[in-house]
Amino acid sequence: MKNHSLALKLSAGFGFLFLYAPIVALIIYSFNESKLVTVWGGWSLKWYVELFQNEQIMNAAWVSLKIAFISATLASVLGTLAGFVLSRMGKFRGKTMMAGWVTAPLVMPEVITGLSLLLLFVAMESMFGWPAGRGTTTIVIAHTTFCLAYVAVVVQSRLSSLDETLEEAAMDLGAKPVSLFFLITLPLISPAILSGWLLSFTLSLDDLVIASFVSGPGNSTLPMVIFSKVRLGVTPEINALATLMILVVSIAVIAAIFIMRRQSRFQNP
Amino acid sequence: MINAPTNTTQPTLLQRLQAIRLGRWFVILIPMLWLAAFFFIPFLVVFKISLSEAMIAVPPYSPLLEWDPSSAYATLKITFGNYLFLFESRFYLDAYLSSLRIAAVSTFFTLIIGFPIAYLIARSGPTARTILLSLVILPFWTSFLLRVYAWMSLLKKNGLVNDTLMSLGLIDQPLQILQTDVAVYIGIVYTYLPFMILPLYTTLEKMDMSLIEAAKDLGAKPWKAFCFVTLPLAKPGIIAGCLLVFIPAVGEFVIPSLLGGSDTLMIGRVLWDEFFLNRDWPLASAVAIIMLIVLVGPIMFMRNGNKEAL
Repeated sequence: MKNHSLALKLSAGFGFLFLYAPIVALIIYSFNESKLVTVWGGWSLKWYVELFQNEQIMNAAWVSLKIAFISATLASVLGTLAGFVLSRMGKFRGKTMMAGWVTAPLVMPEVITGLSLLLLFVAMESMFGWPAGRGTTTIVIAHTTFCLAYVAVVVQSRLSSLDETLEEAAMDLGAKPVSLFFLITLPLISPAILSGWLLSFTLSLDDLVIASFVSGPGNSTLPMVIFSKVRLGVTPEINALATLMILVVSIAVIAAIFIMRRQSRFQNP
Repeated sequence: MINAPTNTTQPTLLQRLQAIRLGRWFVILIPMLWLAAFFFIPFLVVFKISLSEAMIAVPPYSPLLEWDPSSAYATLKITFGNYLFLFESRFYLDAYLSSLRIAAVSTFFTLIIGFPIAYLIARSGPTARTILLSLVILPFWTSFLLRVYAWMSLLKKNGLVNDTLMSLGLIDQPLQILQTDVAVYIGIVYTYLPFMILPLYTTLEKMDMSLIEAAKDLGAKPWKAFCFVTLPLAKPGIIAGCLLVFIPAVGEFVIPSLLGGSDTLMIGRVLWDEFFLNRDWPLASAVAIIMLIVLVGPIMFMRNGNKEAL
């Protein structure tokens, strides 16, 4: 199947151009000397310098990184459990419901998730006095919940493609369920958990809508600061920030793909 | 002495796991309780608050149960006023309809652009496949907000798109694209494209190419083979991809508020404004409940279909 028709190649080429042109333009304009974003004033790094001197952005970035790290870690633990339960535990009461709860957050409009979690937190506060106010804790809970779904889906698909014989062999040799999970299953699905963690980290770092609902005063995350700035128009500092974030994410994703490929080659020769 | 027959049917992994009931339920309950508490119960809270009235208080809604200390009776105060208000006012109905329209049109274009890419990837050699697939996944990992933002400078009056069209001589005057519905379509198609390509790729990759060869051998023109063989076989992927784009696009907030104009009416934006600007929590809740009712059909459909495609 090497001789694709020209029309197919052209339309796919157009698709890829569409995917990458805006990103490339953003990166180029981040090095623009001119304050007027659309006028080219020569190469410069001055927006990067300004970015690092902008305390509001730097503080928000730190808040976001902390939240993303904690949420991704919690979501990886809970999501791995959820994926494992759904694909290795057979039938149990409430399984269909749980499967629905795992997939629905993937498509649920963010405004609904954000509003519903905020109202829950407010109701919980008036009933139990916890969580007192809103801030990092409530954002972490919200992010963990929707990232959990992504981890569960990735882990589930990895488990379903995995041969059960290795786990059966370990059981036949007398492994207890707990040691079976930690010694056999966990190492086998670790690439999936790692990519689930990375995905959760980027999703949490990127979330604007849900965080806006459940955050409290003085807890602005990076997307919230970016949004309040870009709402007024294009700003060169945000171009610089976007370039840095795209760079970091691209390196991480390429590394992850590389690791996954090596792993899969090692496991299915 | 004769060896006692060893049990020939080894218990399966599943049976052995079932033997340890207590630990099993413990493992099941941790993620289940978390999801119940932070995914399912919140919807009940939203429903409850949609039945109360907005008032100036902390929190800004009336309690459903009112406790009268003098008579020791509690009265249940439920109002359907928020829902009535939504149905009576033209504005909200228009917002729902225009969200559905914008989401449907964008989904269609996402399919048109995504299909050739998915098809090309599915029919490439192993190395090209990995590279192309990574190229599709990479933008999905980079910030959604920043990818929408990238279009702001491209679509401006003196932005790259207008400049290119002018220098090609296609237009004389810069077009007003930013702050129109067209910009919203572009934004949705752009940001959701990977969600369309991946399920499409999954089904196209599994497709048996000999069926198309057979159709061609039997004299079918390429476009006929495509319409009557490829498309029906790709149906699960098309459905999954369309739902993955359509459902979240209906409630989209970021794209219409950054790329759309003030007249671009989308329900996610309406909900946001009711909540943050008007501080009418009960009305915002009613908007969310109706949106959920509209979307529950497609969501259930996706859940049933995704076993084949995802």
